[in-house]
Amino acid sequence: MPQIFHRSTNTLSKLSIFGAVFILVVFVWVLMQINRSEYVTQANVVRVQPVQFSHEHHVNGLGIDCRYCHTTVEESSFAGIPPTKTCMNCHSQIWANSPYLEPVRESWRTGRAIQWTRVHNLADFVYFNHSIHVNKGIGCVTCHGRVDQMPLTWQQKSLQMEWCLECHRQPERFIRPREYVFSMDWQPPADQIALGQKLVREYNIPDVAFLTSCSTCHR
Amino acid sequence: MRNQKLKGQKSKIEIRFWKKILYGFSGPLKNRWLFTPFLLLFTFLTVGCRQDMAEQPRYDPLEASTFFADGQSARPLPPGTVARGYLREDTELYTGKSGKDFTNTFPFPVTRTVLERGQERYNIFCSPCHDRTGSGNGMIVRRGYTPPPSFHQDRLREAPVGYFFDVITNGFGAMPDYAAQIPPRDRWAIVAYIRALQLSQHATLEDVPAEERAKLSR
Repeated sequence: MPQIFHRSTNTLSKLSIFGAVFILVVFVWVLMQINRSEYVTQANVVRVQPVQFSHEHHVNGLGIDCRYCHTTVEESSFAGIPPTKTCMNCHSQIWANSPYLEPVRESWRTGRAIQWTRVHNLADFVYFNHSIHVNKGIGCVTCHGRVDQMPLTWQQKSLQMEWCLECHRQPERFIRPREYVFSMDWQPPADQIALGQKLVREYNIPDVAFLTSCSTCHR
Repeated sequence: MRNQKLKGQKSKIEIRFWKKILYGFSGPLKNRWLFTPFLLLFTFLTVGCRQDMAEQPRYDPLEASTFFADGQSARPLPPGTVARGYLREDTELYTGKSGKDFTNTFPFPVTRTVLERGQERYNIFCSPCHDRTGSGNGMIVRRGYTPPPSFHQDRLREAPVGYFFDVITNGFGAMPDYAAQIPPRDRWAIVAYIRALQLSQHATLEDVPAEERAKLSR
């Protein structure tokens, strides 16, 4: 009976034992990279909005504080999307005839809310509270990036659990003095770890075991 | 010779192996178990397509709704209802008036904490127009908004504190109301800080503590 397979298949079959493991590892790795990619997380992707609102212009150009519009960020889990009234505080007189702002004026006339596209959307099984972070010295920029440099708004970070844990495991690396929480250009000092450890004690931030406990965020 | 024979035997094993793989797809049913790894792989690739936990049947704040006619899940308060903790019996605290006239006393003691809170809130909500010193030349005014009067003119220096509270609450002239953006106690803190600003622009050397005066005359 003639041999079906050539002798070289011996080597191939041996290789394939290693190959199978290798392929499996690469396959899992590729899946993980896809899961972390901006295609999945939508980080750095500008969302299409009904009005081309520029944080860069309002924050950097005009110096308006985050809390002028996001009024509940210090007291509530939700930072707050301003009602049309807040826009009209200024835009009743400024750019009052601009076609870009027609959706705002239409909303003001009709009383129907502007339908903004949500930029940061956490999964519903995650409990997140803005006020606790802001009051314990986590700056806006730490999670949202330099919003004052965003002509259109995008999400800066992946918002994936490994990203949350990066800080929950070592809050001293990211914490800043409370008075700089809303500062856009605060830079961590050279001795950030020392300062961070001091602030973690001062602000009564619970230990890492608590911060990384499942039920801290999944409740 | 012996070696070759062994290699030949191996080949036979290999033949059986490949035959089995083929049987896995097409052979008798008792051999179909070989198909299992492929079935597992397929399952592995297609799970995770449902997002029922990530998008639970409840509303996020301000999420759109298909249930209500106006498309909003956030419902307006029916007229006449008072949310718990929002009963406003203390008219002086919530309107700045006692009887018909504006009050000229603060409804709670003005401490350093209150003043600092007032400064912070003033810089957030008022400084865009009134600027940080209160002279009324803020960024929004420079961009074309109707200029507000300076806080340092006599009319406003003599105005009762309740008047400022009322203007923040209800707006005045070109100024919109800030009732929705600033809670009542913060409005009072801002009024206290406006008083501090007014003092700062009309202070004399005698108002400065003796030990600090040297710094000024330098």
